[in-house]
Amino acid sequence: MKATREAWAETLVELARTNPDVLVLDADLANSTKADAFARAYPERFLEMGIAEQNMVGVAAGLATVGYVPWLSSFAVFFTHRALDQVRLLVAQTHANVKIGASYSGLLTGLTGKTHQDVQDLAIMRAMPGLTVLVPADAIECAAMVRWATETNGPVYLRLARDAGPDVFDEGYRFEPGTVRLVREGRDVLLVSTGLQTARCLDAAGLLEAGGISAGVLHVPSLKPVDAEALVDAARAARLVVSVEEHTVLGGLGGLVAEILAAREPRRLVRIGIEDSWGESAPNDFLLDKHGLSPARVAERVARELAAETR
Amino acid sequence: MDAGPAPGPAPRKRAAPSDLGMLARRGRWLVISTVAGSGGGHVGGPLSAMDMLVALFFRVLRVRPAEPGWPERDRFILSKGHSSIGLYAVMAMRGYLPVEELKTFDKGDSRLQGHPDMTRLPGLDASTGSLGQGLAVGLGIALGARMRGLGCHTFVMLGDGECQEGMVWESVNVAARYGLGNLTAIVDQNGLQQYGWPLPDGEAHPGDRADPWPGTRLGAVFEAFGWRVVEIDGHDLEAIVAACEGARGAASDGRPTAILARTVKGKGLSFTEGRHHWHSRVATPDEVAQARLELGIDEQGMPR
Repeated sequence: MKATREAWAETLVELARTNPDVLVLDADLANSTKADAFARAYPERFLEMGIAEQNMVGVAAGLATVGYVPWLSSFAVFFTHRALDQVRLLVAQTHANVKIGASYSGLLTGLTGKTHQDVQDLAIMRAMPGLTVLVPADAIECAAMVRWATETNGPVYLRLARDAGPDVFDEGYRFEPGTVRLVREGRDVLLVSTGLQTARCLDAAGLLEAGGISAGVLHVPSLKPVDAEALVDAARAARLVVSVEEHTVLGGLGGLVAEILAAREPRRLVRIGIEDSWGESAPNDFLLDKHGLSPARVAERVARELAAETR
Repeated sequence: MDAGPAPGPAPRKRAAPSDLGMLARRGRWLVISTVAGSGGGHVGGPLSAMDMLVALFFRVLRVRPAEPGWPERDRFILSKGHSSIGLYAVMAMRGYLPVEELKTFDKGDSRLQGHPDMTRLPGLDASTGSLGQGLAVGLGIALGARMRGLGCHTFVMLGDGECQEGMVWESVNVAARYGLGNLTAIVDQNGLQQYGWPLPDGEAHPGDRADPWPGTRLGAVFEAFGWRVVEIDGHDLEAIVAACEGARGAASDGRPTAILARTVKGKGLSFTEGRHHWHSRVATPDEVAQARLELGIDEQGMPR
């Protein structure tokens, strides 16, 4: 049990041992993003860019053209909002080999409030042609994604979380882009989730089971690309499909699932997430509860929706 | 840090000043006639930059048009990407693409996009178009080249209007901080931008709108950030070559160079010079004929 931001930094340190092209560029947040571990291990390959994210993205695009693999360290919001034009034009449109380590994503950002919470990033980044969008469930999956992204040419957005959650996967996990993972089987309802929300959904499934409801959990580690057929197959058996994400219900995982189901097998979908509103400064439990993302709240909502479905 | 001479042979066309002048006349013709043919595009900016583009591609840049990905090549980034047709015209004359291909500009499925697209046209070192971004990419290339031990020099051309974008100054700050002597910014100071600022009562300006930077000497701003600054007439071909070679020669002093080039927007044609509405306008057939006359272009499209 370790935060994905820590797994990200530790994996980069490990990769840099054998790959001399791995660089980290930071916009003055290395002690928060944990990129400081890399700065200590490889000071000559750690490039501080100061509080200037737009320039940092451009510098990374330039470094990539001379064969480096630049990983960027900052908060998700500063990539997907402040430096969005640079990410779009200099990274996505050019298919640059730039890797975005988007830390402090979602709601749980350590009491920073709505200015720093990024609950739109997946909707925005998913709309970028050619960009791979990854959201690890835990530290193990995160490390696998960092290895894959470093070895694979092309732009990657990696959504990282500040705080640790329970491990979902075992060591030996291998990441394959697009693959969806059924991490729990269930007959009545399928919870489709991503990122650290998957562990919360597993807990919710446990609560539902105690109430006689059999809930499966499908983890979507890669929002782009995604194996739509596998997602439809997994959804087919369930009486109800529910998407759950620490993100707005507009255009992110819920949007993805809605698009896939509408096109291939139209059916009702319940989307749990942030209901088109901004976040606020508050402890994690408060935020998860308020936005219906804590295991108890997910279980309650699912039971309610399932009852409505059967009526 | 020392850029030094590039190892190995670097074939360069050593065009004489008079040749450069002819190339610039032909380049201007290719700009105005191509935009007239495609029915859209920018004219004023490509014309103000033309002398510098010609001097760079025919006298300064160590490049191999037949091997555009040559790792040791000098880099050139047109940060003011809307002047793309000026760059394409010069790249065509230099042998990166057939001059004939200019006719595909903006026509769909073309390598010659309205703004430079490095994924389509080999020889472009960056994609640009959203103003303010090119210097950051050049900074990354210069930094990476230094880390790799490459002796190349990176030149980035910006507009003076473009320098209103805040991101430019992020890059100016960081480039100086990393002591990138192998990076040179060339500012095409044509004194006009697309729509421009209203000209206050009683204030004079060679154009018909206010200067993008009234009362601000951009060179002083670059200097304040720790850059080496050279101010030149951006239509003086020898001065352009000297300033660029000077920047290359000074690479080891650990400061990036800014060449502030005073230019005239729409330079070279009586009816476009200093006119802000020629930022992006399509010449009428009469204007094309007038341009041919003024530039001394024969029926084959070649300068006399």
